[in-house]
Amino acid sequence: GLAALPQGAAAREMREPNSWEDITQYNNFYEFGTDKGDPARYADALTIDPWSVKIDGMVDAPGDYAFDDIMKAMTIEERIYRLRCVEAWSMVVPWNGFELADMLAMAGVQEGAKYVRFETLYRPEEMQGQKSGWIDWPYTEGLRLDEAMHPLTIMATGIYGRDIPKQNGAPLRLVVPWKYGFKSIKSIVRITLTDQEPVNTWQQILPNEYGFYANVNPEVDHPRWSQATERVIGGGLFSPKVPTLMFNGYEEEVAGLYEGMDLRKFY
Amino acid sequence: MADRINVFVRKVPVWALYILYLLPVPWLLWQAQTGGLGREPIKALEHELGEIALQLLIFGLAITPLRQYLGINLIRFRRMFGLLAFIYVTLHLLVWLVLDVGVLSQIWADILKRPYITIGMLAFVLLTPLAMTSNNWSVRRLGPGWRKLHRLVYAAVLLGGLHFVMLTKTYEAEPLLYMAAILGLLALRLPHLRRKQTV
Repeated sequence: GLAALPQGAAAREMREPNSWEDITQYNNFYEFGTDKGDPARYADALTIDPWSVKIDGMVDAPGDYAFDDIMKAMTIEERIYRLRCVEAWSMVVPWNGFELADMLAMAGVQEGAKYVRFETLYRPEEMQGQKSGWIDWPYTEGLRLDEAMHPLTIMATGIYGRDIPKQNGAPLRLVVPWKYGFKSIKSIVRITLTDQEPVNTWQQILPNEYGFYANVNPEVDHPRWSQATERVIGGGLFSPKVPTLMFNGYEEEVAGLYEGMDLRKFY
Repeated sequence: MADRINVFVRKVPVWALYILYLLPVPWLLWQAQTGGLGREPIKALEHELGEIALQLLIFGLAITPLRQYLGINLIRFRRMFGLLAFIYVTLHLLVWLVLDVGVLSQIWADILKRPYITIGMLAFVLLTPLAMTSNNWSVRRLGPGWRKLHRLVYAAVLLGGLHFVMLTKTYEAEPLLYMAAILGLLALRLPHLRRKQTV
């Protein structure tokens, strides 16, 4: 559970959670448009019931898992996490959800699986942003298996104790707090266990700007902007920029996953 | 049709347009303060001001082709469009300097290191002497040199359009439409220039 989880630097530096309005009206969810307000404006069109997640690949029990059945099997807890976008802004979000490791255990991860690939729903008649052709839909993301199994990695199904709004990735989305926000893929319909490193959507679009790992790192700049500082959302016109923390403040918990790796190369 | 527009346009006082076109400034500040620009008003304000500046530069660029191809004469508004564009570019730059980046060392690093900022800055630098010489005294004083100097606006608009295209996370429609308008309006001048050279 959360209480038992060491939070280290993140806990010491934790800011107040953002307001419901900040969290639900300032979103990147290109399936509904590229403006930060588009998801809140257009996500209503999305049908989230019924919903199921196909879990396939290197698992013992592949198949379509109904969202309700997943919820019955999982224990929901609150996790207050920092969210750092690759665009150099940040929020603090009180998520409700369960550890991804528990969901993967439900399907039984087979020996030899090394990566997890995720896929967002593709339904252009309800997700108007998917009508534009410059992204090869559906949106995909990937994690190394040890990243996926890390206790900080959760599947979120709520915010502030309420069902997660559609613009935030209803009915269930990934949250990996030490990585840039785009890794935390929304409205997931498929999870595949594999031994090949998946190519994620942003890596596919601009490989020199977005890598597979996308760990928050103030020392490795985006080619077009600095990642050393971040703007805190919700502070109005005079909101200052604050220093960005290594691994978004979760260094104590996750740095070990990347020991010996050149983080400039594996960005 | 063109004649009727020309007659109407002659009746519109330039000062009224100045006031009309400066109204977005208090409006945007009010919106930024009251949540109308979304949850992150700094970037939104910066973006809106930059976009208005680019629109004004494009209007200025459209005046000559409008006269040449459609016989519509808006020449008496050209200085106004230019000066307003400069005002909006300056405000856009100020929001970036003061509200957005804030840290002096980072401002300088950004100008040198980030090509889209270097390009935007260059556009501002090119526009500055044009704004400074947008008065009758300078026109008389500089004579034919004034026309030459003011051709810098072509480079400034191109750089401004490029600045917009480069700053989005990927190629989005809006900046590309602005760029297309700029390239189109500049291309309309080409046959005219060639004719001048052959004569």
